[in-house]
Amino acid sequence: MADARKRLDIIAESGPVGAALKHDSAAKHVAGEAVYVDDILEPAGTAHACLGLSSIAHGRLLSLDLSAVEAAPGVLAILTAADILGENDISSTHKHDEPVFATEAILHHGQPLFAVIADTREQARQAATLAKAEYEEAAPLLDIAAARAAGGELVTEPLKLERGDVAAALTASPRRLKGAMAIGGQDHFYLESQIALAIPGEDGDMLVHSSTQHPSEVQHMVASVLGIGAHAVTIEVRRMGGGFGGKETQANLFACVAALAARKLKRPVKLRPDRDDDMVITGKRHDFVVDYEIGFDDDGHIYAVDATYAARCGWNADLSGPVTDRALFHMDNCYFYPAVRARSEPLRTHTVSNTAFRGFGGPQGMVGAERFIEEVAYATGLDPLDVRKRNLYGGEGRLTTPYHQQVEDMIAGEVIDELERDCHYRERQQAIRDFNRESPVIKRGIALMPVKFGISFTATWYNQAGALVHVYTDGTVSLNHGGTEMGQGLYQKVAQVVAQAFGIGLDRIRITATTTGKVPNTSATAASSGSDLNGMAALDACETIKQRLVAFAAERWQEAPEAIAFLPGRVRIGAREIAFVELVKAAYMARVQLSATGFYATPKIHWDRKAGRGHPFYYFAYGAAAAEVAIDTLTGEYKVERVDILHDCGNSLNPAIDKGQIEGGFVQGMGWLTAEELVWDEKGRLMTHAPSTYKVPVASDRPRVFNVALLENAPNREHTIHRSKAVGEPPLMLAISVLHALSDAVASVGEHRFCPKLDAPATPERVFDAVERVRVLAAGAEDAS
Amino acid sequence: MRETVRFLLGDELVEIASCDPTRTVLDWLRLDRRRTGSKEGCAEGDCGACTVVIGRLDGGHLRYEAINACIRFLPTLDGCQLLTVEHLKGADGALHPVQQAMVDCHGSQCGFCTPGIVMSLFALWLNEAAPSVARIEDALAGNLCRCTGYEPIIAAGLRSAAVDRSQDYFAQAQGEVAARLAELRDMQTVAVSDGERRYFAPATTKALAELLAAHPQATLVAGATDVGLWVTKGMRRLDPVIHLGRIEELRAIADEGDQLRFGAMANHIEVRKALARLSPQLDEMMRRFGGEQVRNAGTIGGNIANGSPIGDLPPALIALGATLVLRRGNVRREIPLEGFFLDYRKQDRRVGEFVEAVLVPELPADALFHVSKISKRFDEDISALCGAFFLRRDTDGRIAEARLAFGGMAGIPKRAQAAEAALLGRLWNAEAVAAAKSALAQDFTPLTDMRASAGYRLKVAGNLLTRFLLESHGPTTPIRVAGLLAEAAHG
Repeated sequence: MADARKRLDIIAESGPVGAALKHDSAAKHVAGEAVYVDDILEPAGTAHACLGLSSIAHGRLLSLDLSAVEAAPGVLAILTAADILGENDISSTHKHDEPVFATEAILHHGQPLFAVIADTREQARQAATLAKAEYEEAAPLLDIAAARAAGGELVTEPLKLERGDVAAALTASPRRLKGAMAIGGQDHFYLESQIALAIPGEDGDMLVHSSTQHPSEVQHMVASVLGIGAHAVTIEVRRMGGGFGGKETQANLFACVAALAARKLKRPVKLRPDRDDDMVITGKRHDFVVDYEIGFDDDGHIYAVDATYAARCGWNADLSGPVTDRALFHMDNCYFYPAVRARSEPLRTHTVSNTAFRGFGGPQGMVGAERFIEEVAYATGLDPLDVRKRNLYGGEGRLTTPYHQQVEDMIAGEVIDELERDCHYRERQQAIRDFNRESPVIKRGIALMPVKFGISFTATWYNQAGALVHVYTDGTVSLNHGGTEMGQGLYQKVAQVVAQAFGIGLDRIRITATTTGKVPNTSATAASSGSDLNGMAALDACETIKQRLVAFAAERWQEAPEAIAFLPGRVRIGAREIAFVELVKAAYMARVQLSATGFYATPKIHWDRKAGRGHPFYYFAYGAAAAEVAIDTLTGEYKVERVDILHDCGNSLNPAIDKGQIEGGFVQGMGWLTAEELVWDEKGRLMTHAPSTYKVPVASDRPRVFNVALLENAPNREHTIHRSKAVGEPPLMLAISVLHALSDAVASVGEHRFCPKLDAPATPERVFDAVERVRVLAAGAEDAS
Repeated sequence: MRETVRFLLGDELVEIASCDPTRTVLDWLRLDRRRTGSKEGCAEGDCGACTVVIGRLDGGHLRYEAINACIRFLPTLDGCQLLTVEHLKGADGALHPVQQAMVDCHGSQCGFCTPGIVMSLFALWLNEAAPSVARIEDALAGNLCRCTGYEPIIAAGLRSAAVDRSQDYFAQAQGEVAARLAELRDMQTVAVSDGERRYFAPATTKALAELLAAHPQATLVAGATDVGLWVTKGMRRLDPVIHLGRIEELRAIADEGDQLRFGAMANHIEVRKALARLSPQLDEMMRRFGGEQVRNAGTIGGNIANGSPIGDLPPALIALGATLVLRRGNVRREIPLEGFFLDYRKQDRRVGEFVEAVLVPELPADALFHVSKISKRFDEDISALCGAFFLRRDTDGRIAEARLAFGGMAGIPKRAQAAEAALLGRLWNAEAVAAAKSALAQDFTPLTDMRASAGYRLKVAGNLLTRFLLESHGPTTPIRVAGLLAEAAHG
């Protein structure tokens, strides 16, 4: 493993690594030939399951009469908690707080009570509507304010980060202010909803085709729910139709129910919830309330920050602990706080159990950081970009994060400067101010902000990966690793690494579906870590095979090992060059093993959560974005007119794929902060449970002008795979620039004297309200003067 | 009566004698025919992953339209050609230019929305030689992609537009397809069932009137963009179903000089073209109506007869002074459109009656007219509120006639009578707007829901009158953000 890293430096820079190659499945995607779980040819006798859901948000289940369900046409079986053979629990953090089926306590509207299995999916759906449940209803706690008012029960241990004497620093600050910000949640809206197809085998074996980012966890959950060993369960996933964190833990329920039903009926069972059920059942991005106090001076220097991060976690812990932790890890963004205290408050509510979502709490922490900057800017009359620059990490004693890791690779300042210059931020800002003076109804705004995102799982043990590489005697290669493909191009990137390692064409490499049967004990494909971890593991496997081939060739052709090199399309052995396939054939005849596993564990990282100290991140990924918007002060409507992005991918493994991650992540983040609004009614029913009511961005919402550039000549200073950087999550946070451009436009109605304090999501209504508020403040100030 | 449904699946003639009346095209494709290229993303016509293309005869002309297979009922394909993503590759296995452009531009990531996107782009490619970026966006408004941010997809739309169509299989086959569809066309009523529930598709209004007399409780289905959800989401088992899509005469739009006459089955694409002539704002509102698939399937009659409090067309048509022609048997009656909406989801449609036509008077040259739609998302969203205003002034410039119609402000599309009264006799100026604004609180007590709060609705309803005033006085600075973008796009 360590050797694999060292050898990186001697790999030739030509070859597929770094090339803007197409996604491996692109031609299949466009032809409708890419197979998703629901497209797999169903084995004969496949039955279909549907979940029956609670119709209240909080209370006790008094009785559940399923006789009509059972008697409905086509119904084969019913499953309730009583049918669970093993544990009635799928808590991913082992807190035993997430039953598959409710027994007595009802903790959110849409909680699964039972499953019905029928010959067809339609029959199962029809039958599920016939259940008669009696409840004793209790008042649900639906949001952060309600949870706090009721005593603030937490779903998991909170985290505190602290550095310096915050109270003293606040007291010593020339100026102080307090505030609060609400940040909304977000539904993943992966286009392919959750799904599992379970196929029973002999000896109690269970194969589950699951749309999951975390096959090993699904394997363990299925084994636990069925009461069998993990070795009897195989989870396979070729691809997901989108994940975004929503299939890190949320796939467990569907896989377990399908497997339980398949076990009971001894026939294959598929469970694909309707979109509305998917949205009602599954967790989403956490909404937060950040309460903050900031100490600063008239020059915009921050002295101290004291902030609390309360999150609506929902009915069980799920990943809320690590998500709220990561919010705290990003409460600094790129800024050094001389004294800082940050506390998380992961609150239990009677809503869906919020979960992983691209950025994993980091975006919420960073939105808070940018609000702090904005508050200081309006309080001091400085431009927000100047306040940002004055508070960047850098300089003597100004590199320590709130979690006591040193920022060793800080480049945000350079990224900001380059973008500021290239997008003509200052000139455009002036032009916008001039425009706004003449335009009473439409107001424009602009904002430029940086992003720094920590790369590595904060659960340190997750930072490992395995791979399995077979070389066949015809020179073709079968590649498998623990990472899953959800559209992010991981399979393609790793294939490029392998092709480069052997010097063979990508057409010689078959990328095979992720399965727990080939590479065990894998980590979730999450935390942007997919190519960092799996690319290294695959390279390690390749290096093992290459070492064997080199040793063999050295002996066969009597050359020094140093004289043997894998070049594009051929292998050099001393003075001679032979085809890769010739070497492989010869090695096989000499009984050399042509298959290897690979393994990688991220070095350097450690984290002591109790102490709030450590080095949780291997490195940071950086970027910056400048957004320009126009708002309508009569209605709050707005459009994003232009966005410029400069993003740091290190030495990109595939710039086309990375650009896709940047653009897509940005637009998804923009949706989160603008039109994507989750609304629950007073009974705890999700009102925005389908795309008709929950509005993710469409084509016309993307920035009219959208300039995206990858930072050049910026290799990762750490020994990552080919010196690249992770790219899955960081670009999402670049969209915070849109929120601040909207805020800048709103501020213009008060001559930029009052902080608009625009909360998220900034729907047209929130923008409108902010305009009204700033106008009232401005009028009040005029009256006073 | 013809007791089979007949349509072309690509080149293949499909004849179905026994058919569930509300079997969706998507389920039929995926489950019955195992053509799994088309995906189910939402089962309500909002995400577009199921998009397929329908070829149908419009007069003698073959017309291709993207539609949502997830809410389209299979028997309604009678007389059409159905093309799915699996049809697009050439016989030699080569990708179609639209597919190739998507690959070349890196237009797919997870790939799940991609077949639907490809089919929307394919329909555009067949119909329009050089679409603008804005037009490509319109054609994709009904396709959600959660991965790419759309930039490479728009690029693919532009790239494929530049490809020569003359050698394209689908371009070349159009004559033959039209001939085959013409052979399938007849004037018989289609009547099929699954042995239990019945489906009828008459070809004439006369046959429709008779069927409705015989089955007064039948569910009338036009574009199924709402009724489709009764089935996929409400799991209702409709019986019988009468589909109106085969009645050519109901699709007609006629310019009768002093008024436009819309057959109830005119779809939103055609309605937009006709209304655009009256006002560019109507054009813009209709551009934002649903997604392209819904604009292709949905009809003016369906949008009205459905009685939604948030339908976009009724407020505009009420402000224009439209009337509705209702028919039972051979008896017709004409009522002002606003009188049709009695209460929440309750309309003045008597048993056995159907909406036959909508009559929209010509906009007088001296009239002022305005439409605004306010929604969380600009495209493919349901209105939080919609305001449509009509004013006429006397020779002194005083307001003599006012119709202020709103959607999203009450249980039905409704005129603001107090605000109208406040305007009458006044000059059209800021004072008049202020008077009308304060009267709006008497007209409406809107709801708070997931689209907007009551307070926002009421304030913005008033501000739309301000917008109307500013726009009618020929503004020198921009009034709408959408307009700004259009300038940027053209510039």
